[in-house]
Amino acid sequence: MDTSPTREITILPGRNRRGAPERFEAISIRPGDTISIVGPTGSGKSALINDIEVFARNDTATGRTVLVNGEFPPEEFVRDPAYKPVALITQNTRCLADLTVAEFLAMHVRSRKIADDGIVERTIALANEFTGEEIRAGARMTALSGGQTRSLLVADAVLIAAAPVLLLDEVENAGIFKERVIEVLRAGGKAVIFVTHDPLVSLLSARRIVMRDGGVERVIEPLDRENEALREALRLDGILRRMREEIRAGNLITGPVGA
Amino acid sequence: MRLAVVAGPPSAGKTAVVRQTIRSLLDRHRIAYLKIDVVRAFEDEELAAEFGIPARKVCSGDLCPDHAGVMVMRDAVAWAEGEGADLLLVESAGLCLRCSPYTTQGLGIVVLSAVSGTNTPLKMAAMLALADIAVVTRIDLVSQAEKEVFRERIREVNPDLDIVETNAVQGTGMRYLLRAIEEYPQITDPDTIVLRCAPPLGVCTVCIGKTEIGWQHHFGVVRRLEDADYLFRGD
Repeated sequence: MDTSPTREITILPGRNRRGAPERFEAISIRPGDTISIVGPTGSGKSALINDIEVFARNDTATGRTVLVNGEFPPEEFVRDPAYKPVALITQNTRCLADLTVAEFLAMHVRSRKIADDGIVERTIALANEFTGEEIRAGARMTALSGGQTRSLLVADAVLIAAAPVLLLDEVENAGIFKERVIEVLRAGGKAVIFVTHDPLVSLLSARRIVMRDGGVERVIEPLDRENEALREALRLDGILRRMREEIRAGNLITGPVGA
Repeated sequence: MRLAVVAGPPSAGKTAVVRQTIRSLLDRHRIAYLKIDVVRAFEDEELAAEFGIPARKVCSGDLCPDHAGVMVMRDAVAWAEGEGADLLLVESAGLCLRCSPYTTQGLGIVVLSAVSGTNTPLKMAAMLALADIAVVTRIDLVSQAEKEVFRERIREVNPDLDIVETNAVQGTGMRYLLRAIEEYPQITDPDTIVLRCAPPLGVCTVCIGKTEIGWQHHFGVVRRLEDADYLFRGD
């Protein structure tokens, strides 16, 4: 098997829900890329990341094909989690495993055959950078809040699964510190693909894939044309975040809120 | 002809897996389908209507459904051959996690749901341990870490089991199951097919309809509460 590192993942077009071919030649994903997938509910966003996750071979409903380093990936990439170069964090914010946080992570570490005693603690510590509600090692996975679960699964994908490509389905929904998540993922040289309805997450991504009717409609590379909108989104997000924290702390917001 | 036996707990997605299998293999195989259930079953009529394949069912009534399956399996092979089938898919009722309806000369497929709980694989024993391939359904509902933890649990029971993860409604990941079915050796002699182990079926007095509680009313495998910690272990 060729186990050379994943340099590039390529999406080749399939068909939209009406059977019309998608209008792009190929979409390439490389380390450090940030891409957001946008479009109305039901437009096929989740189906697109599912195609990437299973390395579709014209065998899913969309007819797309996904290549690794320009070729069909070896079977181990698809089937053996220890080789799989992508990790998907689903919209689901409930973990069903009836285990404690430390047991769950330890079992994942064992399945990956990682010999690193501190990795469970480091994963919990990283997860706690993404959420305001502290995650404890002894808490049960099923008792975590949506934000805690999401934070833990993202931290797990970064440190334990250590996948070079992360697929995040509506990361903004769970109330986690999305800017911090993006910062950590970028610093780690990960390629990150967001399915998102959030303007800030979209504007922070270097590329946007626009979905309609089950197919890719356009791929936009805004370059620096959206800098002003990004600054404004960051400012508004800062205001909302401060207000959220005041409200959570039980305070009245009576003073000026603008920055 | 090839034989594949599909087992798994209720609502694990066995029929969804069977449906995707038929849909994908229909253009190159003639497939016959047998459903074994207890009270009622509709899968045979649905699959016959959807794909135009020979399909039938057995309802075991008061009998253990896997016992019923063992009784009719030889006839089913002859029926499927008579229908000109080159693949017979048998789907079990999936009631008892201890059951293991797999036979020699046939692929044993266990279907289990990714959302059924971390300990489920550990509870399944023979149904999992004696299968050739595990199909984990509803994989779209869990994250990467959960998938891997569930996988690890399956491997604890059977380290050599081939694992296929699928969203059986969409059909993702099914290609590896299809390959396993198509590459499995054909039946060489139906009269020599045997169960892979003596499963805990037992045509017991309860199975045949006696309803009294208490060992005094029963015969066969009879135990008092005091010595019933582990009720029965076969050969």
